[in-house]
Amino acid sequence: MQRFSGFGLAKHALSHHENWQRMWRNPTPKKEYDVIIVGGGGHGLATAYYLAKEHGITNVAVIEKGWLGGGNTARNTTIVRSNYLWDEAAHLYEHSMKLWEGLSQDLNYNVMFSSRGVYHLCHTLHDLREGERLVHANLLNGIPNEMLDKDQVAREIPALNCGKNARYPVMGATVQRRGGVARHDAVAWGFARGADALGVDLIQQTEVIGFRQSNGVIEGVETTRGFIAAPVVGCVTAGNSGVMAQQAGFRLPLESHPLQALVSEPIKPVLDCVVMSNHVHGYVSQSDKGDLVIGAGIDGYNGYGQRGSYNTIEHTLSAIVEMFPVFSRVRMNRQWGGIVDTCPDACPIISATPVKGLFFNCGWGTGGFKATPGSGNVFAATLAKREAHPLAKPFSMDRFYSGALIDEHGAAGVAH
Amino acid sequence: MLHIYCPYCGENRDQDEFKAKGEAHISRPLDPMGCTDQQWGDYMFFRKNPRGVHHEMWYHVAGCRKFFNMTRDTVTYRIYETYKMGEQPSVTAESLAGGQS
Repeated sequence: MQRFSGFGLAKHALSHHENWQRMWRNPTPKKEYDVIIVGGGGHGLATAYYLAKEHGITNVAVIEKGWLGGGNTARNTTIVRSNYLWDEAAHLYEHSMKLWEGLSQDLNYNVMFSSRGVYHLCHTLHDLREGERLVHANLLNGIPNEMLDKDQVAREIPALNCGKNARYPVMGATVQRRGGVARHDAVAWGFARGADALGVDLIQQTEVIGFRQSNGVIEGVETTRGFIAAPVVGCVTAGNSGVMAQQAGFRLPLESHPLQALVSEPIKPVLDCVVMSNHVHGYVSQSDKGDLVIGAGIDGYNGYGQRGSYNTIEHTLSAIVEMFPVFSRVRMNRQWGGIVDTCPDACPIISATPVKGLFFNCGWGTGGFKATPGSGNVFAATLAKREAHPLAKPFSMDRFYSGALIDEHGAAGVAH
Repeated sequence: MLHIYCPYCGENRDQDEFKAKGEAHISRPLDPMGCTDQQWGDYMFFRKNPRGVHHEMWYHVAGCRKFFNMTRDTVTYRIYETYKMGEQPSVTAESLAGGQS
């Protein structure tokens, strides 16, 4: 792999940047691999990278029906945080956060992770109490989090309407200062480049159309380019997971919904942090290009169409204008939808399945981007050892039978 | 934006008046205390989630406040029919596949 550096940039400038190596190969699939990962999004690529790097398993294929990182990895609002309420979720997301903090160096690829602070606004007494509870739960888990009063919020986010005449006046906020944003595409590309350099085959434009199994044991996957054998298959297909499970012959406790986001025209720097409000249901940050990045809620119906309803956008923008009246005349540039696989308890599934050797990593719902490195890391360990990583154990599918749900609707419901 | 025909009101109404309530035709186990954890978990949490034709429940929350069923395509979002609770769908994935051939 050609390493990126300041010196390299200067050197390649002399040849007009025409001799950069391709970031990954475009290999023809082999007949057999040690591990096949279905889905070449951020989580799948991270899984492949950590499989090769930490477990020495390099005979790995990532099979992607479209192009790398073209699904939800390319469609999210890029927010990274780890302030989840329950121990299981907090540990998993904090594991991810720690990987984020050294990711650019680890991958030798600038993922533009910026710890600019994530604020959760409190508009009611109940919000304040829940905020206090969350902050203290996080502190007990060793995750720094702070509670701010109204005056501090007004000082730190000048554009925010903290006046008492707002329909839902701001009473305070929690802030995770280590949280922030990262460049979503760069995360997928960085992991892809790293995995490829370690020998992983990234196979694009190839769709998995079935799982071959005998006596309940996985033998490989049927693809549009023929059968590929592997004793271990990890399925990381986000919104399409329900369809994949159906092909393997079982059901998942998932429902796929459209989730929309939009960006405005670029404007001068006005917002240097991420602001979320569960109460008015909106969240916004400003990208380095200057456009406001705004996330909506999911559409209530099941959908695979990668687009949602206009009334959802309208609700979202009314919330944004409620928080930031100064944005009321900013025009929106683009709007799109992704398909998120939501779980009944708003927590992911990282689990063995009824088919031996077939593992699923899905159900990240509305908030999977922040977990990309952590999810890949624990899923790689799970695939390598064929048993759940300690952090992944509570996220088994069995919890929907045992009742040991991890109810993160409070931390995940709006705040993606 | 969907335009939804409420079978009780007998009118097409705007999507804003409705709430989607998930998979239809799920009946509560007749003997809940006799269910195994597996059966109860399946009933509570596991869903079909198909890519294509889906039978689902909707709630006319800002209208007649009645629940009804809908057959809808989850990729094109086309609504094939709406029908009252207790009725069976006339359009299914099988009937559509048969109709096309």
